[in-house]
Amino acid sequence: MTSKAVAGEHKHRDDVGSRMGLWLFLFSELILFGGMFIIYAVYRFMHAEEFRLAAAELDPFIGTINTMILLTSSLTVAMSITAIQQGKKYLSMALASTTLVLAVVFLVNKYFEWSHKISIGIYPQSPELMNKPQGEILYFGLYYVMTGLHAIHVIIGMAVLGFMLVFIAKGSINRGSFVKLEAGALYWHLVDIIWIFLFPLFYLIH
Amino acid sequence: MTQHEEEHKQHRVPYGEYILIWLGLLALTCLTVALAGIDLGRWVIITALIIASVKSLLVMNVFMHLKYEDRMFRLFALVALVTFIIFISLTFFDYAFH
Amino acid sequence: MTTAATVADTVPDFYHEKTRFKGIFGWIFSTDHKRIGLLYLFAVITFFLVGMILGVLMRLEMLTPENTIVTPQTYNTFFTLHGIIMIFLVVIPAFPAVFGNFLLPLMIGAKDVFFPRLNLLSWWLFIAGGTLALVSIFLPGGAADTGWTFYVPYSIRSNTNIIPALMAAFILGFSSILTGLNFITTIHRMRAPGMTWFKMPLFVWSLYSTAWVQILATPIIGITLLLVVIERLFGVGIFDPTLGGDPVLYQHLFWMYSHPAVYIIILPAMGVVSDIIPVFARRTIFGYKFIAYSSIAIAAVGSLVWAHHMFTVGMSNTGMFIFSLLTFIVAIPSAIKVFNWVATLYKGSIQLEVPLLFMLAFIMQFSIGGLTGLMLGALSVNIHVTDTYFVVGHFHYVMFGGTGFALFGALYYWFPKMFGRMYIKRPAFIGWLLMTVGFNILYFPMLILGYMGMPRRYYHYLPQFETLHRIATVGSWIMVIGIIILIVNLIVSLKKGKKAPANPWGAATLEWTVSSPPPTENFHEIPVVTTGPYDYSNITQSVEETR
Repeated sequence: MTSKAVAGEHKHRDDVGSRMGLWLFLFSELILFGGMFIIYAVYRFMHAEEFRLAAAELDPFIGTINTMILLTSSLTVAMSITAIQQGKKYLSMALASTTLVLAVVFLVNKYFEWSHKISIGIYPQSPELMNKPQGEILYFGLYYVMTGLHAIHVIIGMAVLGFMLVFIAKGSINRGSFVKLEAGALYWHLVDIIWIFLFPLFYLIH
Repeated sequence: MTQHEEEHKQHRVPYGEYILIWLGLLALTCLTVALAGIDLGRWVIITALIIASVKSLLVMNVFMHLKYEDRMFRLFALVALVTFIIFISLTFFDYAFH
Repeated sequence: MTTAATVADTVPDFYHEKTRFKGIFGWIFSTDHKRIGLLYLFAVITFFLVGMILGVLMRLEMLTPENTIVTPQTYNTFFTLHGIIMIFLVVIPAFPAVFGNFLLPLMIGAKDVFFPRLNLLSWWLFIAGGTLALVSIFLPGGAADTGWTFYVPYSIRSNTNIIPALMAAFILGFSSILTGLNFITTIHRMRAPGMTWFKMPLFVWSLYSTAWVQILATPIIGITLLLVVIERLFGVGIFDPTLGGDPVLYQHLFWMYSHPAVYIIILPAMGVVSDIIPVFARRTIFGYKFIAYSSIAIAAVGSLVWAHHMFTVGMSNTGMFIFSLLTFIVAIPSAIKVFNWVATLYKGSIQLEVPLLFMLAFIMQFSIGGLTGLMLGALSVNIHVTDTYFVVGHFHYVMFGGTGFALFGALYYWFPKMFGRMYIKRPAFIGWLLMTVGFNILYFPMLILGYMGMPRRYYHYLPQFETLHRIATVGSWIMVIGIIILIVNLIVSLKKGKKAPANPWGAATLEWTVSSPPPTENFHEIPVVTTGPYDYSNITQSVEETR
């Protein structure tokens, strides 16, 4: 038996392993949303026409704007990794902050969209909604739940990126060690990917 | 430490590549919105899903660096995808044949 | 596997490691995988005893056809809580969380799991979920009464504490996912030099396939239960049939996880059997690669069979046919394992130690459980016995006769490694005997009862079922006496047992190369692996030395 590494000599760092763990977590998250997509698929199959009618009540313009906002926020967070790799700390922070700002804009849009729906009387258990056919009740139920859970993921992603900003500022994320920022960015892209599917399924099927 | 550094050295994606992909994503978004305006019948959902899949593939490969990662990562992604496809298709063996 | 490790006596074992906090806090804030494994062990045993008491009370109620000790509503909460506790808090975490945590790094020659802090978080989530489940019993409103399956629409309508119970299961799911991703990463990134995939002990293989099921199937039940919570809180229409929802879809999603969960429960138990049998047969395992691949195959195919729990809900014929067929296919890799274990024993020089006795009981009882499972997978039989005691009997033969027995066997087998003491042999044997005999007296009559038409979850029953119910209840008493003897014996052995040598069984896997109990960072030097996990050619000698 030959010795390879002696205890305590140095802490071995394995960025590939760290990213592997995070990817596995992302797959879990994707399947979590996947469960809701299965529900969506089954109900859409059962109530195709009513889903189409209900979708016509959403405003594709807001959906499109929000899609572009999220795509752009993904771009900036990806670029912030390149920046930190080049050692440009402030550029990296600026790019990551842009992502946060865009995330806030996304949520504000979402807020207005939801309030509009609620103001015209479409919300769970509302008399207006209860008078609609069952397919539409299911559609709006899923709409609220899926975009709502997505919004919660946006908020979690913002919190994670907020921590990353602090780490960059403090220097614990730096040119030589940036796997944490990569992890935060990966999570953010996941939020983006989920929206990429939510968008056509809710806004574009009319 | 040379071996160590090599291990941590990682592909650096140039800004240009990111921006190119971003433009592609925006274009695909416009395309899917435009297609939704046309009445394609049952193809509406299929085209929308194909475009969404292409978009997420771009995000995963470039933004999320999947194409620069160990091959194992892509295998994992495939396992997750196949699992989901199996879940949804087996469910439809019930619903589609009622 | 390697030449015996030379851990210097100066290295303290993990009970005496220097920790940041003192006393109990040195444990509940420890990121050492061995300490976390033992924390899980104590939690799981505690929950097991609670679940067992509920089970015994249920059997007592079934002693007579009429009211015996409790009201019907209490009986409903008993079987609900017995299910929730035993499934989510005992058998699912039993192997991955307890033995996986303790053994995985030791078995692959690593100092810890890949994400030690995440591992501690998993334990905290587990405790939070478990506590919430127990607290929900005592909150106003009463304990959940829907059965552990939380079927809608009843789980939407019931006035009991459904939301805390659902949230508990959701949190426990997260704990399980985090453990799973931790193990996959650990196995991919932290194997010792020379520890190739096919030199890994089969328990590690089974943990690996289990971990995949944990991360890919658990989210489905997580979201499903969360949706029921949302539905109860906000009246959103998702599963509620009055709002157009489809309760059968809930069942699909529930079993999409909960059937693979059966494999989370049984696969690592099979891994343990594969690891223990060769040691006491002094033979290398028969068909190593077949067992390794069959673990993957069971995990994969096992994820495709969920709807065989739903043959009577009015599925399409195509769906029923396909799910029945897939159910039969999943029997093949399971049978491969059984044949390989028997072949390993064949012409071995067998030492009948208590851990091996548990493994033999496992093989017999798992076979009964598996074969009755095939009967249930057959459409025509299923229609006849669905929701009867036949299902209850089958289920307990797999979950308890299989995993439960493997759990006790594993506990006795690795007890010297975990606690540094040998168990006392005679009471162990008596405990095993009573547990095995009692188990079969308890559950075999259930198979007959079910076939005769005794429905499950019923509080009253027809007088013609009384004899078999009485036999089963007596069996539960015998089994419980056995279990108590087994647990008390371990507690006594902690003090009175002989000091355990590094390798008391003469096993060839890496955990036995370090001292008992293992030192803080497992290996003073990361070992280089040259021989397989079941190669006893160099081991025999050292056993005789230590005895």
